[in-house]
Amino acid sequence: MSQYYLFQDIKKCIGCHTCEVQCKANKGLPAGPKVCQVVEVGPKFVGALPRASYIFMPCFHCENPWCVAACPTGAMQKRAKDGIVFVDEELCVGCKTCMSACPWGAPQWHAETGKVVKCDYCKDRVDQGLKPACVTVCTTHCLHFGKPEEIREIRRERHAKALSPLD
Amino acid sequence: MKKEVFSLCFMCSVRCPIQVIVENGQVKWIEGNPHVPGMEGSLCPRGAAGIALLNDTQRVQSPLIRTGPRGSGKWKKASWDEALSYVAEKLKEIVAKHGPQSVVLGERTQLATHVSKTFLRALGSPNHFTHDAICKGSVNTACRSLFGYTDAQMGADYKNTKHIVFYGRNFFEAVEVRAVNNLMEAVENGAKITYIDPRVTVTATKAHDYFMIRPGTDLALNYALMHVIINEKLYDTRYVQRWVDGFAVLQDFVQPYTPEWAEQETGIEAHRIVTLAREMAKKKPSVIFHYGYRGASHPNEIYLRRSILILNVLMGSVEAKGGLFFKKGPGEVGGKPARKLTEQEGLPKVDVVRFDKVGTPDFPLPDKDHGVGQRLPLAILNEDPYPLKALIAYRFDPLMSIPDLNQNKRALEKLDLVVSIDINYSDIAWYSDVILPESIYLERLDCIQQANGLKPQMFLRQQAVSPRYDTRPGAIILKQLAERLGFGQYFPYETMEDLVRWQLEGTGFYLEDFNKKGFVAYTDKQILWNREDGIKFKTPSGKIELVSSLLENAGFPSFPAYEPVQVPPEGHYRLMVGRCAQHTHVSTQNNPYLHELVPENRLWINTKEAQRLGINNGEWVEVSSKVGSGQIRAYVTDMIHPESVFMLHGFGHEARLAARSFNRGLADTMLQENVTDMIGGSPALDHTIVTVKRVQ
Repeated sequence: MSQYYLFQDIKKCIGCHTCEVQCKANKGLPAGPKVCQVVEVGPKFVGALPRASYIFMPCFHCENPWCVAACPTGAMQKRAKDGIVFVDEELCVGCKTCMSACPWGAPQWHAETGKVVKCDYCKDRVDQGLKPACVTVCTTHCLHFGKPEEIREIRRERHAKALSPLD
Repeated sequence: MKKEVFSLCFMCSVRCPIQVIVENGQVKWIEGNPHVPGMEGSLCPRGAAGIALLNDTQRVQSPLIRTGPRGSGKWKKASWDEALSYVAEKLKEIVAKHGPQSVVLGERTQLATHVSKTFLRALGSPNHFTHDAICKGSVNTACRSLFGYTDAQMGADYKNTKHIVFYGRNFFEAVEVRAVNNLMEAVENGAKITYIDPRVTVTATKAHDYFMIRPGTDLALNYALMHVIINEKLYDTRYVQRWVDGFAVLQDFVQPYTPEWAEQETGIEAHRIVTLAREMAKKKPSVIFHYGYRGASHPNEIYLRRSILILNVLMGSVEAKGGLFFKKGPGEVGGKPARKLTEQEGLPKVDVVRFDKVGTPDFPLPDKDHGVGQRLPLAILNEDPYPLKALIAYRFDPLMSIPDLNQNKRALEKLDLVVSIDINYSDIAWYSDVILPESIYLERLDCIQQANGLKPQMFLRQQAVSPRYDTRPGAIILKQLAERLGFGQYFPYETMEDLVRWQLEGTGFYLEDFNKKGFVAYTDKQILWNREDGIKFKTPSGKIELVSSLLENAGFPSFPAYEPVQVPPEGHYRLMVGRCAQHTHVSTQNNPYLHELVPENRLWINTKEAQRLGINNGEWVEVSSKVGSGQIRAYVTDMIHPESVFMLHGFGHEARLAARSFNRGLADTMLQENVTDMIGGSPALDHTIVTVKRVQ
């Protein structure tokens, strides 16, 4: 089964949280649920230099997702054609079982609808040939989305460049 | 129905080009204009939160006239006609009694600034000011003192730079999308970043080298860098010989300021200073010492800004690829810029002393085009040079932007009329007599943006959707007010479209030309002047004036001896302020998405100092200065110099109707003393000493 990859070039991320905001704006979400988030690690001094990492945490769209297995109504599904894990809002009864099952906190509670929301890689956009919201607007274009071979190519290109303070 | 609109963001002042997708009258999507290099879809968090601003029910929804005491939040909803007539009548009374100069209009610089300037000139008042001096007044004056150009006429070639030095310029948290991407590209091509700040920021975590400098001592570092550069002959000899006036004076001046001396002052080891100077020299002229914003802001800030710019001069980086450049206008390629209302024939010239005394012997050098806003409360309270009676605050919040909040409030109390043109319940709107709500950037067509640069261009902010509430564009509000005051003839338009068409007359471009990509270009080639003989410095000598005729003719020395900043006594700290990527100054704290990310500010304090004071992370502390005090939570960290404490600017709002941001965090203006660099014009935002104690 083909899978999409979402790759963060962590050296270019400036921890600005644009991805989070655009995700919410695109999904029309209120304050509260964080379908994706940037986790800041540090800063701390490494020698004389302060260093920090800003790690992008969307849903990982697991190979065998525990949330899908745990969902009692079949609302949480893994799409056959590309492996995207998503919630069928019609079927979700808001029991939060998926939230307990996921080790990463990917399914989030939407208090206003009483249902779960989660990252679905913006499947509506993906189906139109577009990138997920977070990837499209990322300030420094540090997020990349694509088929495994595309991401491998991007990573190869990036490694070829002699870069970055963190090397 | 779906349509795509090219426009310009206005969540901050940068005006990034954006593309907006509208379906059935709703904004569905905003992204960076894909046709603009460096944007290509990208936004910053504030830009991404534009939809949340559009749909926010907590913004001002109709004109309001105050019915209770100032700041009580008691309002009467009014029609536009009622509110405008009310303001016009009050203004007429005030002008009749106190003269037109008693009316002040302060605004955040924006695309319709020429409309506001026209309004005041037609009224007969010299008292227009922008937020610019508060932001970077001394940068402006420093640029003029050396090159004859303002800072706004200069830019930095981030894309091609090989080494850039930032002084508290928190580049990756004050996100200008294009600039950030251009610098990222340079870094990928091997460029280095050196960051100097008493506090660790995101920019520090991305830098190749970081100096935790003692607060207030940036100038000492620079003099030592010059010392090394000159004595080791690391400067661009040819460039200096060709373009620089007063080099010998500088050479003598910097002799006492050795790296060892600077080590004592700044806390940065002498060998690191020497190394930085040598590294920069190796990459010259494609290097940048970044001249603004932030850095140590003190009453002598003009000399800090000059020292940064002089370092660029020594490297020959002014008008060099990968260095600084002068922005080229349409005239360079035989084009014409968009017209401004201020250029109309017959518009009265106003020849009265300004409220801030800019242009008089008291305050000769700051830029008259912008004025010095932080002098406003002092002018009101002292009635010096004359009584001020009315303030129109156009998307500028003097309460939260000008140091000394309590003093600012006392000044407001002396005014007969306070009018806000605003989109939010800002704090000044909250204390206003009348609020005239402006449509937000997505809801209005705006004046032309004349974007000068290496390639002169014009951009347009096009309307995406109709206003959600009973709001109007500012240029229409001022025109309608002008009509009621009897000088409507200087506003020759009915709609924003008329105004833009009027601006474009004679340029060879038309409104429709912006539909394709959102901008038009006068040329497709970058213009850099010839470094041998083609750089057009606008100083009297036609050269870079290290010994500045601008300064010296006004009676100020070009190179006064270094004066150390005061070491805060034990238990006292230097208050520093700054910003984060998620907020724009004082204007976005109530945005639902941005509020969620950064709901309040905290007081950064060094771990050892916090231990001494018995303060744990997250605890409430009371911070006090000479002019005010307040409570805030502590953020205990090793990431700040022990002599300083830091807080984000823009919190502690008092407007209750902006319910999310109300009373969250503490306003830095509550603590800051209103002190100004009386040569350059900037407020000394880092000059206040505070005490901190745990709240029992």
